[in-house]
Amino acid sequence: MATLEMTYREALQKSMFEEMDKNADVFLMGEDIGRYEGTFKVTKGFFPKYGTRRVVDTPITEAGFTGIATGAAMAGLRPIVEFMTMSFSILALDQIINHTAKIHYMSNGVVKCPIVLRGPGGAAKQLSAQHSHSMDGWFAHVPGLKVVCPATVADVYGMLKTAIADDNPVVFYEHPRLYAMKGELPDDPNFTVPFGKAQILREGKDISLVGYSLMTQINLQAAELLAQDGIDAEVVDVRSLLPLDTETIYASVRKTHRAVVVYEDWKSGGFGSEIHARISEDCFDDLDAPVGRVGGLNVPMPYARNLELLAVTNENDVVAAVKKLL
Amino acid sequence: MAKQAVKNPTETPAQLEQYYRDMLFIRHFEEKCNLAYRQGKVGGYMHTYIGMEALAVGWLESIKKGYDYVITAYRDHAHALLLGTDPTAIMAELMGRKTGTAGGKGGSMHIFDPERGFYGGWGIVGGHIPLGAGLAFASKYRGEDRVTLNFMGDGAANQGVVFETLNMSGLFDLPCIFIVENNEFAMGTRLEYHAADPELWKRGVPFGIKSERIDGMDALQMKKDAQRIVDWVRENQQPYWVEVMTYRYAGHGAADQDRQLYRTKEEEQKAWERDPIKRLEAVLIERNILNQERLEAIEAEIIAQVDNIYDEADAAPFPDPEEVYDNIYTDMTPEKGH
Repeated sequence: MATLEMTYREALQKSMFEEMDKNADVFLMGEDIGRYEGTFKVTKGFFPKYGTRRVVDTPITEAGFTGIATGAAMAGLRPIVEFMTMSFSILALDQIINHTAKIHYMSNGVVKCPIVLRGPGGAAKQLSAQHSHSMDGWFAHVPGLKVVCPATVADVYGMLKTAIADDNPVVFYEHPRLYAMKGELPDDPNFTVPFGKAQILREGKDISLVGYSLMTQINLQAAELLAQDGIDAEVVDVRSLLPLDTETIYASVRKTHRAVVVYEDWKSGGFGSEIHARISEDCFDDLDAPVGRVGGLNVPMPYARNLELLAVTNENDVVAAVKKLL
Repeated sequence: MAKQAVKNPTETPAQLEQYYRDMLFIRHFEEKCNLAYRQGKVGGYMHTYIGMEALAVGWLESIKKGYDYVITAYRDHAHALLLGTDPTAIMAELMGRKTGTAGGKGGSMHIFDPERGFYGGWGIVGGHIPLGAGLAFASKYRGEDRVTLNFMGDGAANQGVVFETLNMSGLFDLPCIFIVENNEFAMGTRLEYHAADPELWKRGVPFGIKSERIDGMDALQMKKDAQRIVDWVRENQQPYWVEVMTYRYAGHGAADQDRQLYRTKEEEQKAWERDPIKRLEAVLIERNILNQERLEAIEAEIIAQVDNIYDEADAAPFPDPEEVYDNIYTDMTPEKGH
């Protein structure tokens, strides 16, 4: 099939344009997404095309607009809510966790809530302590939500399509450091990527590097560095935290007998800890070494560039963790 | 504040009798719920509507049932009953049974019946207020002329998300009626101890929303005011903020066993003089619609009906263990086991 080359940001735009053209119930809501085109310019071009009805600029009130979008979804619309950064979703946590995630269960299935909550999670560059964290594990902790963290251009396109079509609430993690990344995607408006399917982005035989979102790209870079030392690493892109495809992860571990889980969130209690625990529980007999774990430093994100670079996991941190296990 | 009963109601005798039956049904249904709670048939938190019946009857009789949207907090039995939800299914839900409105997953605080326009049934004080505005957003988006009744207690009127929602409702012209059921207490905290300005009706004003305070203890006046506001919102497709003065005779919830911590018996007795059911009874007698004997017969009929509801609900099975995993998602089941 023919492929298209574009950035992660452009793939998001293409995905949303196509779905909004297809379904009049899909609309966008968020801060500065319309006239201002979005802080990270993901919604550039939407306001001129769809106007105020379908591209709703909101006041800076995350709990309120998340709740309004949730109510609209209960009544059958399909809102896509943008958080300017996922750090701001903290203001809407009561809505998302106590309301959005629970409506289907509390009503025993008679009310559905087809909503997408999307935005950039993780550190961009020197945005310091209140704008830089991902907290993806917080959402992946909650039954009733689906949580996805695409790492490639094709995935961000295809998984957003899946998210919009999903009848359940989906927390959709983008990464600020991936927006400008170029990549390929199939030239097919019907291309989608299902949730709950991890993928192997690089095959290897010595160790499995398990990650998602930006950390998948970091793992690919680490694998290149390791190759220079003759270490053949396999890169497992988890893609979807909830549902989680443990089978693909386990199959990789059973092949390589070693694993390092890599995540950007705070190391202590982050979602990588969950993946780590599962590999340790379920693949114990296949392992030749303890499962490694590389997370962000357990510090609020510092501003100074050198400190920030220290706090966020990079490819050298991954290489060091791998070498400890071999 | 409390106005006189409407002297010459526009309702037909049959309608007046129906309001009376509805209010009395709610009263006895709620009394039965209290009994079931004391017997241990109902657990958790349960909040009754005793004393506030005229309020719900007035509003719910003013909308297009099954078309308009209704959402409220956890004091939700009356709203569902008035929309026509099967009372046995509500009672069964309270008892945590398979045949309950939510199959026993929700309990008293989480009654849902979207086919009748009822979207819950919510437990976080003020948390459902943006959801209600979202229902109104959806109807406006589709170009329909529905209205949404968005009920809350006076305690909820202090939550930040309520102010956020009012701002956006004013900004987006959402056809949503915010109804503060002001029963004078946020759980055990009296209005004057929880609101900087106890005139809660003013809180819509800064957002450019038409706002007023009305009496909710007289069914006929309530109906008249509610109908006026519902018609205005349907016509103008703009929000409305209403503080409705009422009183709950019961405690905050069934677990609130010591009301004297926050109010006196004398105060309660005085409030009983405003009992909305007695007030409507007086109108029915005065207008020769029903005599005392007939009123008693209706009450006996309702008591028997509620007894049956209780028995039928209590005969229903508990949910099957496997159902614990059902309906977390529309299309998948989470991993099973501890």
